[in-house]
Amino acid sequence: MAGLERQRQLLDFALSSLARRPMKNLASLTVYTAVVFLLSSVMLMSHAIRREAAALLAGAPELVVQRLVAGRHDLIPTDRLATIRAVRGVAAAGGRLWGYLFDPAVAANYTFLVPPDRSIAAGTAIIGSSVAAVRGVGPGDVMSFRGYDGRPVAFTVTSTIAAESALVAADLFLVSEGDFRRLFGIPADRFTDIVVTIRNPREVRTVAEKIDAALPDARIILRDEMRRTYESVFDWREGMVLVLLVGAILAFAIFSWEKASGLSADERREIGILKAVGWETADVIGVKMLEGLVMSLTAFLAGYGLAFLHVFHFGARLFEPVLKGWSVLYPEFPLAPSVDEIQMASLFFFTVFPYTLATIVPIWRAAVVDPDMVMR
Amino acid sequence: MSTLRVRPSTVLFAILAVGGVAFGTTCVEACLGPGRAAVRLARTARLAERLQLTDLCLFTEARYTRHASQADRHAAFQDHPAALEHFPSGSLMPPSGAANRASP
Amino acid sequence: MIHLSDVRKVFNQGRPNEVWALNGINLTLRQGGATVFRGPSGSGKTTLLTLVGCLARPSSGRVRLKDRDISGLPERFLTEIRRSTFGFVFQNFNLLSGLSAIQNVMIPAYPRGLPHKALRRRAMALLDMLDMGDKAEAETRWLSGGEAQRIAIARALINDPEVVIADEPTANLDSGLSAQFLAIAGRLKRDGKTLLVTSHDPFVCEAALVDRVVTLHDGRIVEAG
Repeated sequence: MAGLERQRQLLDFALSSLARRPMKNLASLTVYTAVVFLLSSVMLMSHAIRREAAALLAGAPELVVQRLVAGRHDLIPTDRLATIRAVRGVAAAGGRLWGYLFDPAVAANYTFLVPPDRSIAAGTAIIGSSVAAVRGVGPGDVMSFRGYDGRPVAFTVTSTIAAESALVAADLFLVSEGDFRRLFGIPADRFTDIVVTIRNPREVRTVAEKIDAALPDARIILRDEMRRTYESVFDWREGMVLVLLVGAILAFAIFSWEKASGLSADERREIGILKAVGWETADVIGVKMLEGLVMSLTAFLAGYGLAFLHVFHFGARLFEPVLKGWSVLYPEFPLAPSVDEIQMASLFFFTVFPYTLATIVPIWRAAVVDPDMVMR
Repeated sequence: MSTLRVRPSTVLFAILAVGGVAFGTTCVEACLGPGRAAVRLARTARLAERLQLTDLCLFTEARYTRHASQADRHAAFQDHPAALEHFPSGSLMPPSGAANRASP
Repeated sequence: MIHLSDVRKVFNQGRPNEVWALNGINLTLRQGGATVFRGPSGSGKTTLLTLVGCLARPSSGRVRLKDRDISGLPERFLTEIRRSTFGFVFQNFNLLSGLSAIQNVMIPAYPRGLPHKALRRRAMALLDMLDMGDKAEAETRWLSGGEAQRIAIARALINDPEVVIADEPTANLDSGLSAQFLAIAGRLKRDGKTLLVTSHDPFVCEAALVDRVVTLHDGRIVEAG
């Protein structure tokens, strides 16, 4: 019990010491919390998006075959379907029709798509939630676009896609095949690309090679690669995150430097007094460590808690300008709270420990001064 | 009487207790989160599968950001990760897996 | 109780500003009573007290405390002895600013891990004894010189030491407060504390409660009393 009480008395003393410089320590705590907040926000958000991407894209096409002409993605002729279907291991192949349309009225890009799973009546459209929001339209409204030949093509909105699916469908504009071809001037013997289903999923690479051999001008994208694209979104190496990270690390460095060089004559004198009245070097260092621990633990809990609220309850509002970029359409998607334990542990480790250590190092130097300096 | 004054450590323990409870709440939410969102995720995943969607609708500003996985080798991102891309989103995404592959 | 034999202390050894603060001290201090170390500044009296009080180790010679040679003990043991045996009243009091008076008093006891309530009661009792009970929560910055000294005395007594060491206790006090200090010192002496005081104030040296005056000059004892 004496040991516990002793620690508690030292903690009392450490807290009183912190309270003696309230402005300085509050400022440090605020900056520190902000650093943890930014880092945890990025971590939580990237982890949640990756998780959702993995779940949502699990059913993506196994193989997509594009045609490249002079390095550009080009429309693929329908006769390629037969070539692909003839490849051993291919279960089915179907053409996709999709593309982009720039809507000058609101300066937004829409993704036009002919849905393979339903037939849409000519002259009607099903629209994504962001399209509905940005144009302020709903079922029954008519939207008109200028076709490839200058003639207007009009769509009556029949329904909107639920907002809960915004992360994949916010900018979609589902139309009939006839309307799609008429709007963009795509001849009947062309598709945007071809989606292939494989008989045995383990043979996907072999089948891809065979298709590649049969269609030299094709570019093949595997489902695995689509998934991988999003596995590393917001990776720490990415520019913005890197900038953020460098900022945070710099803040930390400034902190540590301030701590390392900030041992004033007053503080040295204090350490001398404590030692003169019977404190051991270990007690002095223990108190300073407690100070550092209190600061960093508080900053971690506050920063992390705020980040959790920010990402999962306030839709990561602070990141919106960055995520939105130049785009007009920005899906408002809810993210299911989820945490990567290892990520969190490393965040904890890299925020709490360096600071605590940084507080100890200079104290160590000071703590070995002779206690008789207070008598001189 | 001054002996009734609250010790600083008591205040700290109270603050840490609140922080701990908040932290615990985030853990519980994180554990329950995927379960609660399962229905929504399943519905969206089914929609994505039926429409044969390949990408997330995170960045709609350009072809290669809206459908990053479909972007070809001559689209942007080629300087990744050393250079900042034209769009902010370009610095949040890697080039697609397919763009880095030598052959299928 | 305390026995010094041929004790020497050198500062900045081997450098041009080398100073022999103590130059062969032989001295025996008995338990109880009040001893004053007198001498001009630079005579080594304060240095002598740092050695006796385990704040520093002699460059050569032996310091024995209750038949135990403490001159070669490692830092940790010295700290332990210092905490349990000696209480210090420094010349400029050396209170920690920003803390309340009673917190300052309790500081030396923190590493001992006493129950908080008992410790606080004891600190309060000491402050009451020194008529400082109503200033317990005052911040030390706002205390007058005499008040600060009494806080420093209470701090010196919190661990109930056998020896109280006071360095130039009246240097910053007027004659009224000096008398007050002597009154407190008298009470401590009656309670059985050993008092070791440095001073060149005749008011202290010639006080009735002083049993022995040791005079130093240039690091040597010129009169052992």
